[in-house]
Amino acid sequence: MSVWLTMALCGVATFIIRLSFIAAEGKVAFPPGFRRVLPFIPVATLTALVIPELLMPRGVLWLAWDNARLMAGVAAIAIAATTRSVLWTLVGGFVVLGVWPS
Amino acid sequence: MIASASREFQAGALALAPLLIGVAPFGMIYGALALSQGLSPAAALAMSSILFAGSAQFLFCQLLGAGAPATVTVAEVGLLNLRHALYSAALAPRVAHLPRRWKLALAYLLTDEAYAVIARRETAHDTGPHRHWFYLGAGLALWGGWQLSTAGGVLLGARLPADWPLDFALPLTFIAIVVPLIRNRTMLAVAAVSGIVALLAAGLPFKLGLLVAALAGMAVGWRLAGGVR
Repeated sequence: MSVWLTMALCGVATFIIRLSFIAAEGKVAFPPGFRRVLPFIPVATLTALVIPELLMPRGVLWLAWDNARLMAGVAAIAIAATTRSVLWTLVGGFVVLGVWPS
Repeated sequence: MIASASREFQAGALALAPLLIGVAPFGMIYGALALSQGLSPAAALAMSSILFAGSAQFLFCQLLGAGAPATVTVAEVGLLNLRHALYSAALAPRVAHLPRRWKLALAYLLTDEAYAVIARRETAHDTGPHRHWFYLGAGLALWGGWQLSTAGGVLLGARLPADWPLDFALPLTFIAIVVPLIRNRTMLAVAAVSGIVALLAAGLPFKLGLLVAALAGMAVGWRLAGGVR
């Protein structure tokens, strides 16, 4: 299958997901079990993406002080928890990544 | 006082503007990554309009480079973007009265960043008759910033210094989105299970570990929240 067709299918899937509840409001009743899983989707998918980036930056588990990405990630988590600011989390994470000896 | 449509539009764009500082490096590294994984400049730019989802575009390029089958790519991109259903559900009652063209446009522009701005708007300020212009302003500001930064990445391409860890903008942005969401033990359990399974399943081909880990986290949350009850 061509790259363009795959891209188009991904685009259609993404648009349908984004439109889902907006289009269905007042017309379709989703099962309550489905609605119950919704709040967990961002945490489940994004954590699954982030954790290997911090703990396996080179493809294998790397739990050590000189893993700068892990340290920057831990700092970013602390900053995100206290400031709730995307901007400060990015700035803090990049600063720690830049200065951490590795 | 009722805010006019143009005031609402400006307010939306301004509310989103600070997030562009995180989006810009992210878009640049996407543009460079897309070329390095074999996408043409035209395809790399078109994807920013067709998908308009940074993390999914990253994933698409990585899977393309790994030679993943199209079905795997569509399934993983779909799963990664499934979180937008939550944003869609949150926005639905606020846009229910609008004509179809507005719903289609706002759905297309619904991203993590736009949703974050809309969700954080205080309810007291979100009651005006032109409030959909705020959503449009936020959505279009991000759309414009995303197109510009990905174009910058495509233009600069390989000339970006390889030792700049711009790709780290991706996990940092997601940390900033996820951490404030972990407000109770159930969410913490979802995050813990997703993270641990992601590490255990990291060896699976085509990043399928991401799919397994995300589904495991969702299943735990669904179960803890009462299952089929």
